[in-house]
Amino acid sequence: MATIRKKRKKVEVFAQGNEAIAEGALLAGCSFFGGYPITPSTEIMEVMSHRLPKTEDGVFIQMEDEIASMGAIIGASLAGRKSMTATSGPGFSLMQEHIGYACMVEAPLVVVNVMRGGPSTGLPTSPAQGDVQMARWGTHGDHSIIVLSASTVQECLEMTVIAFNMAEKYRTPVILLVDEVTAHTREKISIPDPDDLEILSRMTPTVPPEWFKPYAEATRAVPAMAPIGSGYRIHVTGLTHDNMGFPTSRPDEVNEAMKRMFRKIDQFYGDIMMVDEFMCDDAEVAVVAYGSVARSAHYAVEQARERGVKAGLLTLKTLFPFARPAVEKLCRRCRHILVPEMNMGQISREVKRVNNGITRVRTLNRVDGQIITPSEILKAIL
Amino acid sequence: MAEVTQLIHDYLRHNKKFPHVFCPGCGHGIVLGSLIRSVHALQLPKDDVVIVAGIGCSGRMAVYVDFNTVHTTHGRALTFATGIKMANPKLKVICVMGDGDALSIGGNHLIHAARRNVGVTALILNNYIYGMTGGQCSPATPFGDTSMTTPHGSLEQPFDTVDLVTAAGANYVARGTSFHANMLDTLIKDAIMHPGFSVVEALSPCPTQYGRKNKFKGAVSMYEWLKKNTVKVENRKEGDTRIPIGVFRDVDQPGLEDRYAALKAQIAKKDLPAPKEAPVPAGECAPLEVPVEKAETKEQA
Ligand SMILES: Cc1ncc(C[n+]2csc(CCOP(=O)(O)OP(=O)(O)O)c2C)c(N)n1
Ligand code: SF4
Repeated sequence: MATIRKKRKKVEVFAQGNEAIAEGALLAGCSFFGGYPITPSTEIMEVMSHRLPKTEDGVFIQMEDEIASMGAIIGASLAGRKSMTATSGPGFSLMQEHIGYACMVEAPLVVVNVMRGGPSTGLPTSPAQGDVQMARWGTHGDHSIIVLSASTVQECLEMTVIAFNMAEKYRTPVILLVDEVTAHTREKISIPDPDDLEILSRMTPTVPPEWFKPYAEATRAVPAMAPIGSGYRIHVTGLTHDNMGFPTSRPDEVNEAMKRMFRKIDQFYGDIMMVDEFMCDDAEVAVVAYGSVARSAHYAVEQARERGVKAGLLTLKTLFPFARPAVEKLCRRCRHILVPEMNMGQISREVKRVNNGITRVRTLNRVDGQIITPSEILKAIL
Repeated sequence: MAEVTQLIHDYLRHNKKFPHVFCPGCGHGIVLGSLIRSVHALQLPKDDVVIVAGIGCSGRMAVYVDFNTVHTTHGRALTFATGIKMANPKLKVICVMGDGDALSIGGNHLIHAARRNVGVTALILNNYIYGMTGGQCSPATPFGDTSMTTPHGSLEQPFDTVDLVTAAGANYVARGTSFHANMLDTLIKDAIMHPGFSVVEALSPCPTQYGRKNKFKGAVSMYEWLKKNTVKVENRKEGDTRIPIGVFRDVDQPGLEDRYAALKAQIAKKDLPAPKEAPVPAGECAPLEVPVEKAETKEQA
């Protein structure tokens, strides 16, 4: 049979991190965006407001606040849409109750947080990485969650696609953390041909409605999800529920539900955990970094190598679940580990926990709204 | 009687979540009955109906009825409902909230749903009190009434739900009571079939938390009070201090989902064929498609 060679639609564009995130979302099949403006994330929302009405079934809505935005995207997700919101620190704080709700009902969705200096209204236009632990533990109660980060504009696009894929695959909210520098940097990126991308969508039930158990144990511990209105009449609740989705406080049922929700993410650690290793194989000093700081660190490591210091860089693309194996490996081989970040030590806390006394963990912290430069990192490496 | 039993069988999840939590004499059960009769009378397929509820005794309704049901967070039910309706406009979305739910923690969402005129029906069960948390005052507690947190009498003026949502722009606004069950059936039926945002406030006695603290002898006397102290809005005369019930606003502006669909159709017509889709050779930089007046970080807060 003759094959028609498809013309590659790969396009190179000059874009900002925020625009790349919106582009990534559209490539991933996002068809619902609800949001509330806040610097430095607003451009994501602006691009979505422009583009979504032009797509076949795209819906854009500007809600009255971030609580409402999260409520709307959870509702849309339950109705079968791939949905997303984007915000910054203060808005992310407001979203927390609903992020917990999304964890509990296992609603796939993506929340982008372009971090700015805090606490409170803080430094609206200055970079920071102060929301790392809030992304992990901001909502109430025990829960698992996936938190990703991006350090280049190209990565903003790619990680957004990955965020959607993971959200759908694991039926969970996925948080994408970006810092202001990455979000507002403009650089050349290439937009992949949609046909070259692997796009995942949630599993929907194949059994008849009367057999369907919305929260039953399943392959990969992720139950199939029936969109509201598809003929599977289900009950969704933020209360702890049994496998039929109805409230329960029976310890055995509660235990089963909670453990499964943790297990669905913990056991696929290998699939979720993404890191970039640069010159790590023979490194004696390693830098562990993420976001725009990883770019400074990359340059610093190159400079250090030029001066004969065996330095390496581990860039964290997945922040949670934390990249334990990759960090542990470095702890065993390195004289010391350096963790530069634009906060008072939110990831170095994780590194220290993994290190557990094996080697020396040093931190380099900046909370003055300024970026961490390559020379600062280089000085700390040498 | 047989008909009632039939309805119970058809519409309640009696095999799953009964007995229910409502106290004897609670008005919420009557409103639930009204809701079921309305949906039944309209012959809506169960799969097309979504009940979105907040948190409170009223919010429990979502557990008992056999529709698509979403039991959300306290005060935020309307935000979920907005997402569901916009994601799938074919669904009949009914949002059940208490007075604390709708007017206090959810007050902002209520006025914005009305302003947006999104095609959702809000059913607000007003019992003048926070039932589920044990009888604290709500933004609907009448001036001077006592509650767990106003032991010396409330000093605050209550919201009038009807005035509030009318001013905010809802298409259909009505008030009924648990005493006037037949009338409530009609109001809920009308509201569900109305385009845009529709609101039905149902005055619904809470004998356990409100009645006891405000010297009602029992549930029966609360229903008698409703009978005596309400008047059909069309029969109301100058100076009548009774609470008006009935339909207060009835217009047919298109709902947000319809306006959005129209916008999309308009854009699609303008955009065809789309020359922007032409591939740009790799290496050459094309600008990303972004709004023309791009604002770059103007805001400082
Ligand atoms: C964010 C949040 N704050 C407070 C509560 C506690 N809470 C549960 S129900 C309720 C009030 C319920 O009153 P109302 O909405 O009037 O409904 P009713 O029980 O009277 O039907 C409150 C305050 C909660 N669940 N969530
Ligand atoms: S506490 Fe009041 S509102 Fe709640 S079920 Fe009892 S009577 Fe009804």
